[in-house]
Amino acid sequence: MQRRDFLNLSAVGGGAVFLSALTACASDLGSYKAQASDFYFVQLSDAHWGFQGPPNPDAKGTLGKAVAAVNALEIPPEFIVFTGDLTHTTDDRDERRRRMTEFKSIVADLNVKTVYFMPGEHDAGIDRGVAFQELFGPTHYTFDRHGVHFIALDNVSDPGSKIGDEQLAWLQADLARLDKNALIVVLTHRPLFDLVPKWDWATRDGARAVELLMPYNNVTVFYGHIHQENHHMTGHIAHHSAKSLIFALPAPGSQPERTPLPWDPAAPYKGLGFRELHVTAKGEHFDLTEFPVVKA
Amino acid sequence: MSGTRFTRRRVVVGFLANAGAAALDLSVWRMAHAQPVREIEIVAQRFKFTPNVIDVKVDEPVMLLISSLDYIHGFSVPDLGIRSDLLPGQITKIQITPNQVGRLDFLCDNFCGDGHETMHGRFNVME
Repeated sequence: MQRRDFLNLSAVGGGAVFLSALTACASDLGSYKAQASDFYFVQLSDAHWGFQGPPNPDAKGTLGKAVAAVNALEIPPEFIVFTGDLTHTTDDRDERRRRMTEFKSIVADLNVKTVYFMPGEHDAGIDRGVAFQELFGPTHYTFDRHGVHFIALDNVSDPGSKIGDEQLAWLQADLARLDKNALIVVLTHRPLFDLVPKWDWATRDGARAVELLMPYNNVTVFYGHIHQENHHMTGHIAHHSAKSLIFALPAPGSQPERTPLPWDPAAPYKGLGFRELHVTAKGEHFDLTEFPVVKA
Repeated sequence: MSGTRFTRRRVVVGFLANAGAAALDLSVWRMAHAQPVREIEIVAQRFKFTPNVIDVKVDEPVMLLISSLDYIHGFSVPDLGIRSDLLPGQITKIQITPNQVGRLDFLCDNFCGDGHETMHGRFNVME
């Protein structure tokens, strides 16, 4: 078995899903695995604060329930990342800021010191990220944790879902200073590959980002946008999408239109949740554990 | 000698003139007899295309004349690898020739607001 292609998905108790994606072997990692230490972080995505509609009759309560669920984790995560669509879009600039302010207020209750925010097109596509930057800061940035290099890429502030030449040049310059065996995590909102272009599940110049990342041996991408788990490989690069905190969407390309899945009164909050990402001390792989917003 | 050269030149010029006239005649004939490309007008406005279900015949070239009323929408036909921005106040012309019977989806691929996800349509490509 090719070590980088190894992808094992199995269900465990309580409906949670455990996934182990081996991204590199010990010999490849060299000194990088020695730098990485055991830690985990949480990915939340697609809260769409401000959305109202039948797909979620508890639209005003779900985000708070997710915050409570994260706070109930036995060990607090090292940090939390929101991979976009914090709010639902609106043309009203004041309403946009009001929604972002309310969102910030709700997630301020998270018992975690460090929270990274990223925009989705619902946050940034209409005003090219102006309000997002006012309230949350830059739309693309990097940070390092325990020997892992994180890159937050913005593929939504351009309404044409482009990363753009300027940001790609920035990415190239950032990568240039890294060793080919560096542990790299890319965080973004939309898939960097063509998942379902006819559903707008793609990034117009995502292939250029993947091309820049391809020479690096240990790259994993975490994204949102599609409101469900999905696991995909482009060469040796693994791409994992996260569930939403507002409504679920159909499986990629499974039906003519990407309409939200109906709310199931018999199983409320079904398909919604967040993810815990455990980076092993050896830095060899990520363990992904999926959590529901509300335990069944 | 010079008279001969003159004569030859006249022959060559005359031949080229005749050939040009023949080519012109042929293009005029083609224009007169060619099947006109069917034109289809599409209007893009938040958050729909009108019409959004369009019947076309397989291998039939059609010219789409697309106008946007309110925003720089996108028009994308992913399965044909075609896309364009739709600038308000302009008519964007896109010629397509579907070569397979079936459904061919198109969509707005520029995020345009609350309803963007519903802004799509399809060509029904028929025999």
